[in-house]
Amino acid sequence: MTITDRTITAPEETLALPAGPAIAHRPLGVFTRPQGSEGWRSWLFTVDHKRIGIMYGAAALFFFLVGGAEALFIRLQLATPNGSVIGAGTYNGVFTMHGVTMVFLVIMPMAAAFANYLLPLQVGARDVAFPRLNAFSFWCFLAGGMLLTSSILVGGWFQNAPDGGWFAYAPNTGLLFSPSKGIDFYAVGLQILGIASLVSAINLIVTVLNMRTPGMSFFRMPVLTWMLLITQFLLLFALPVITVALFLLMFDRLWDANFFNVEAGADPLLWQHLFWIFGHPEVYILILPAFGIVSEIIPTFSRKPLFGYHFMVASGIAIGFMGWGVWAHHMFTSGVGPLSVAAFSVSTMFIAVPTGVKILNWLATMYRGRLRFTTPMLYAVGVVSMFTIGGLSGVTHSIAPSDTQQTDTYYIVAHFHYVIFGGALLGLFGGFYYWWPKAFGYKLNEGWGKASFWVMLIGFNFTFGPMHILGLQGMSRRIATYRADEGFALWNMVATISSFVIALGVIMFFWNVYVSTRNWRRAGRPDVGPDPWDARGLEWMTASPVPEHNFDEDIEVDRLDHFWHRKYGKDENGRIVRAAPTSEIAHDGSNTNVHLPSPSYWPIVLGGGILLVGYGIIYNLWLAAAGLVFLVASIYGWILEPADDPDAGGHHDDHGDDHGDPDSNGGPSGNGELATADEPAETEEATVG
Amino acid sequence: MAETMTAEAPGHTPEHHDGEHHTSTGLSNEKLAMWVFLGSECLLFGGLISTYMFNKGRIGPNDVGPEDVFDIPFTSVSSFVLLMSSLTMVFAVSSIARGDLRGNRIWLATTAALGATFVAGQVYEFTAFYSEGLGFTTNLFGSAFYALTGFHGAHVTIGIIMLMSLLVMSMRGNLGPERAETVEIIGLYWHFVDIVWIVIFTIVYLFPQ
Amino acid sequence: MATVTPDSPDTAHAPDEHASGGRHAHPSNWLYVKVAIYLALLTAFEVFTYFETVHGWGDTAIIVMLIIMMLLKFFLVVAFFMHLKFDHPIFWRLFVFGLILAMAVYMVMLTAFRIW
Repeated sequence: MTITDRTITAPEETLALPAGPAIAHRPLGVFTRPQGSEGWRSWLFTVDHKRIGIMYGAAALFFFLVGGAEALFIRLQLATPNGSVIGAGTYNGVFTMHGVTMVFLVIMPMAAAFANYLLPLQVGARDVAFPRLNAFSFWCFLAGGMLLTSSILVGGWFQNAPDGGWFAYAPNTGLLFSPSKGIDFYAVGLQILGIASLVSAINLIVTVLNMRTPGMSFFRMPVLTWMLLITQFLLLFALPVITVALFLLMFDRLWDANFFNVEAGADPLLWQHLFWIFGHPEVYILILPAFGIVSEIIPTFSRKPLFGYHFMVASGIAIGFMGWGVWAHHMFTSGVGPLSVAAFSVSTMFIAVPTGVKILNWLATMYRGRLRFTTPMLYAVGVVSMFTIGGLSGVTHSIAPSDTQQTDTYYIVAHFHYVIFGGALLGLFGGFYYWWPKAFGYKLNEGWGKASFWVMLIGFNFTFGPMHILGLQGMSRRIATYRADEGFALWNMVATISSFVIALGVIMFFWNVYVSTRNWRRAGRPDVGPDPWDARGLEWMTASPVPEHNFDEDIEVDRLDHFWHRKYGKDENGRIVRAAPTSEIAHDGSNTNVHLPSPSYWPIVLGGGILLVGYGIIYNLWLAAAGLVFLVASIYGWILEPADDPDAGGHHDDHGDDHGDPDSNGGPSGNGELATADEPAETEEATVG
Repeated sequence: MAETMTAEAPGHTPEHHDGEHHTSTGLSNEKLAMWVFLGSECLLFGGLISTYMFNKGRIGPNDVGPEDVFDIPFTSVSSFVLLMSSLTMVFAVSSIARGDLRGNRIWLATTAALGATFVAGQVYEFTAFYSEGLGFTTNLFGSAFYALTGFHGAHVTIGIIMLMSLLVMSMRGNLGPERAETVEIIGLYWHFVDIVWIVIFTIVYLFPQ
Repeated sequence: MATVTPDSPDTAHAPDEHASGGRHAHPSNWLYVKVAIYLALLTAFEVFTYFETVHGWGDTAIIVMLIIMMLLKFFLVVAFFMHLKFDHPIFWRLFVFGLILAMAVYMVMLTAFRIW
């Protein structure tokens, strides 16, 4: 464990310099801050972590439809032998964009949605540590996502889409073999998404370390908070590695550098190593948030505390650590040498242990619990079972001779869809159902929810289950066609039909959202109450939807599952009895005396600047230079922005008084996140590194 | 409508910062964020340095190699200049913590000037290397060398811009002792750039080729 | 440190006393100058190994010496100029975690390439 409770106490000689209040300004025009929390404009300029979380979720669902449509194209092409739905070139673009979209634009931002929405709530904070940077992360993500997705359209349908697979092995992605703009879109897009994730990771790490409510020690944090924290650390340390790799690739493509130029003596394995040093932690970045979500859902609907909380946290940390020592198992057939293969084979087998601990703990939590099979619970149980299948096929990959047979076959495709779809995506959908009432004030319809779950689950198993067989039969992945005499026709047809069943399940989810919203509105928007599931975390201790200021007052946490223990106690026979009604414990959001950070124009402006630089790098460096100038100017606009809107009537500085503020030139102050000059360090840095 | 609220919030609001930090650790968010960021930067420069180490020898026998271009006395001087800029940066931090604003300005300007000297030296070095036949595209050594030192140079340049911004803030009376931590945080970034160069100087220039 | 037991509520929250009383801990400028002198001397010695290859010592010995001096310089700057010696241990842990992870991962990568 890297961080224990002891880290928060300090030696006496700790050095702390005063951060000081924000600078006073005489703002004019754009240097004022936007106002209001109603209407669509307020969403563009919001710095509220909950709205940012919702926007992350909405964007991720949009990209999910894009990536899903691409998946259906793949399946249509492969439905019959010698398929001719799309050509081989387009097929390369379609499967690459499917992978990149699903990994970087769906699973990661969906996890970011939960991280943004729930992490501050679960630690009892009013917002993240840097609200404006948080908004910037979202707009930067959206810029990257738009840039990447636009590659489908620019210059013709899939003419300029990335076509090197999601891991873009160099030198196959060099100009020689991939002359379209596709890989440039890939490299620049991922770079921008990396900036977004890095800024967000720093922000959320600082939030967890620094913004916890009184009494919320590390081992009183919910498992979801822990898993999200570990995810952010993985992002923090993994992203710079792919940043390096992408820069090398861009230098090769843009300026004719030699990093992957085999003629000049380059070793193509460099890309593979760098990519998978990032790529394997990335796998855990995708799955750990879902593990956290499942760890929240299962105790709630088993009416039992999570079995082995400390083991759960420790195994999460162990996965985080060990995830750094297994990357070369993606390269067993690349010629890394027998010693590397043996070492990484063993470490890969070991990483199954902490994952197994988690599975067993979930089962033990459910064991003899009072189970309620609501929609979120169905999804959670789905994750436990489907991920176990995917995990077991993963163990077969760790055995190098077996992996040598499986590499680049559909067996691999089956494996990672079982862990990413069956694990991560089902978990995230379960999270949507579970926290939907918290975010929007009404539950999604249970009937439609359960129906869509079963449709999705059945479709999923009949799409990806047969791929195990196809893989063992020897069908290669990433090949646009297969011959009729190869014997792949039956299971490919089954997979294609079933993929449309998944699509039906997804449509049912969206229909459910529509129907539930409509019914709720027709019923006069009834209040679902702060705690509709009788749950355990602090996020259920405030009104639904969560008021802008989160909590009416700071919660003094005295143990794990604080909220639950406020609701329930034990009688003399040791039976659990209700101690107090939720309405007495939960906050109703009526405290309006909370000072919140003002909205800001600059995060979205900076995001636009980054988009400009991105297209500039791909098409015209002058445009990139102009974008960079715009970006730097925006950063100064960001710094010079007043801490609060001085025109906002009745507002007065709440901090200056209590500390005898030396900077008493009358301006609004006390918005410490803002206007400190270290922020350009983050943002400017990010544009370079 | 948070904007119109008078703020008598019970407890702290997340964005609340002054000389004392009302955070779980008692540390300021900004400083913590900078350290987290620097931890991440280790992986960035680690990757670039590894790429260099891996590629520097992958050149033909007649190619331009490290020993053909390196000018150790020159680079030693510019390395020394950057090293000493860390000392002046420390002086800038301690002067503002003491409330010596004039001293703070002088040391900030000195640090920026030393940094600029280093970058100028790097530009000179690149030009000299180029004229000796080592371009970015010449061979793997060239690509790896320019990528690594170029990344470092970009970091120094960003540091100079931030120092100059601090200087302007100070001139306009916006950088008093109560904001000493801002200077300290920029200083952390500056020192980090310096320690990266300590590693690059040893591994790239001084290691026997 | 840690006179508070890990379980008590205030461990997790703001032990403010050290934050506000922190200013006394600034080392003097003279200490910084001393550190800078050490750094300069180490640099001089590093450069010296380049010009005057120590007699009879092979490349390996020189590389080991250079690495030791590099690490000394590195940690002098980190400990004194970046204040980690005087500062909250959490900074130290966060930074060193990144540093060690970077070294470990890239050393394994380079070892897999058999470049040593």
